[in-house]
Parts: sequence; C-alpha cells; structure tokens
Amino acid sequence: MQLEYFHMIDRIVDLKVDEKTIVVEARVPQESTIFEGHFPGYPLMPGVLLIESMAQASGWLQLGVFKFERMPILAAVKEAKVRGSVFPGDLMSIEASLAHEGSGYAMTEAKIRVGGKLRANSALTFTLIPFPNADMRGHMAKIAERVGFPQQVVSP
Amino acid sequence: MPTHRATLETRKYPQNIKGLVMSSTFDQVATIIAETCDIPRDTITPDSHAIDDLGIDSLDFLDIAFAIDKQFGIKLPLEKWTQEVNDGKATTEQYFVLKNLCARIDELVAAKGASA
Repeated sequence: MQLEYFHMIDRIVDLKVDEKTIVVEARVPQESTIFEGHFPGYPLMPGVLLIESMAQASGWLQLGVFKFERMPILAAVKEAKVRGSVFPGDLMSIEASLAHEGSGYAMTEAKIRVGGKLRANSALTFTLIPFPNADMRGHMAKIAERVGFPQQVVSP
Repeated sequence: MPTHRATLETRKYPQNIKGLVMSSTFDQVATIIAETCDIPRDTITPDSHAIDDLGIDSLDFLDIAFAIDKQFGIKLPLEKWTQEVNDGKATTEQYFVLKNLCARIDELVAAKGASA
C-alpha cells in the first residue's frame, strides 16, 4: 500500500469474473505521514481510507468484469460501517461482489476483514466512464501488472 | 374452464384491464421515486418530469434506475438515452416524463417477454 499515492491494493488474490467476485490484499504500512496526525500516540487507519480500499477492490472487480473497457468512478457510498479499528501493519483482506450491473453504472458490496474478523463493509455505486485518455489507461494497465491483475480475463 | 373465463373477462373489460396494467407500472415507479428520493407520493403524477419537476439529479436517478431494473427485471438503457438527448435525437421529455418512462418500461418488459 502506498497511502500517499492512494494506491491501496497490494495484490489481487482471486478474481472470478463469472461469479463477479474478487478478493484482494492490502497491508497497511507501519509508518505514514497520515498516522502522524491520525493520531499521535494512537495511529489508526482513517475510516474514509477503508471506504477507498473497498472502492478500489470493487474497481478491480469491475475492470475485470467489464474487460478494461470502462473506468469505474466512485459515485455513492451507502451503509458504510466501520465495525472495528484497522492499525498500521494490519493485513486487510477485502472482498467485493457485483450486486447490480446497470447501463453506465454498477453497484457493489464490499467487506474488509483483518485476521478473519469483519472490520468494515459498505455498498458502493460507480459510474462507468470511457477511459478519458491514454495516460490514465496506461497508468491503470501499469498498476494492473503490479497487483497481479489476471490478463487472461480481458484477452479474447 | 380457466381459458374460457379469461377470454370472457378480457372481452368484457378490455379498457379496465389495459388501464390497470398502465396504472400499475406508474404506481410502482411513483412509489420507487417517493421512497428513493423522499418526495411526497401525492406530488408525483404521470405528467411529472423527473428532472425538471421533481428535481431528481443524475446520481439519484441511478438509485431509481436500480430499483426499476430490479423490480421489472429489465435494464433501463440510460447510456443510450443520454447519448440520444446529447446528440439532439431525443428530448428528455421522451424518457423522463413519468408516463413516457412507464411506456418505455412496458416496452422493455414486453420485449423481454418476447425474447424469453
């Protein structure tokens, strides 16, 4: 995880496009400027970054299901619950499933677990936009390689 | 015999049956809109324009589309409609005045039934 770059996801563990589910891993770094402020003496992963992590896991799922043809952009967060704290050094296992595939939008449900225990969950809505430019698509392709995005799901 | 009875009823009350089906789609859509967007149900009429009259924005409309998709087992082609409006090939009234939206829903449901 590179918090300062908003690169939350380290590795795609399991992407099942037929079942429309994904599992990813993300290890919270031991140190970050974020923890210097949030909070001194009690470093704690901010709740909004847990939501962002679930959104990014959902994003990789959609890039797989929609074969990298559209870029999902977070549009709505519903029923987000932070059920337990996530601390520096924790390994988050994030699951997401596609709840609905609409015309130009999609909805997912996501969960974060640490050591098997549920720490956060949310229902998320995304709008699906064409990649705005080659730079962004190239950037996503590069990250896809780094997180182990299974290329066979997008190739014919 | 059930078949015979159904035929008789259709003959006897064709207007009522047609009216019932149409109001049913509208009632379902109006209920979805009222619940999703917290709009008083009695302010929603078949002539209401979802955007101009009811003030529903595009993000809220996604929730409505989601509920309609689920309830009717269809997929509202929002992208196609948006494209047509942007290209000047259609007006928002054709898709977002509720009686027209309900007619589109009925068409999609009928098309789904025909292809099934």
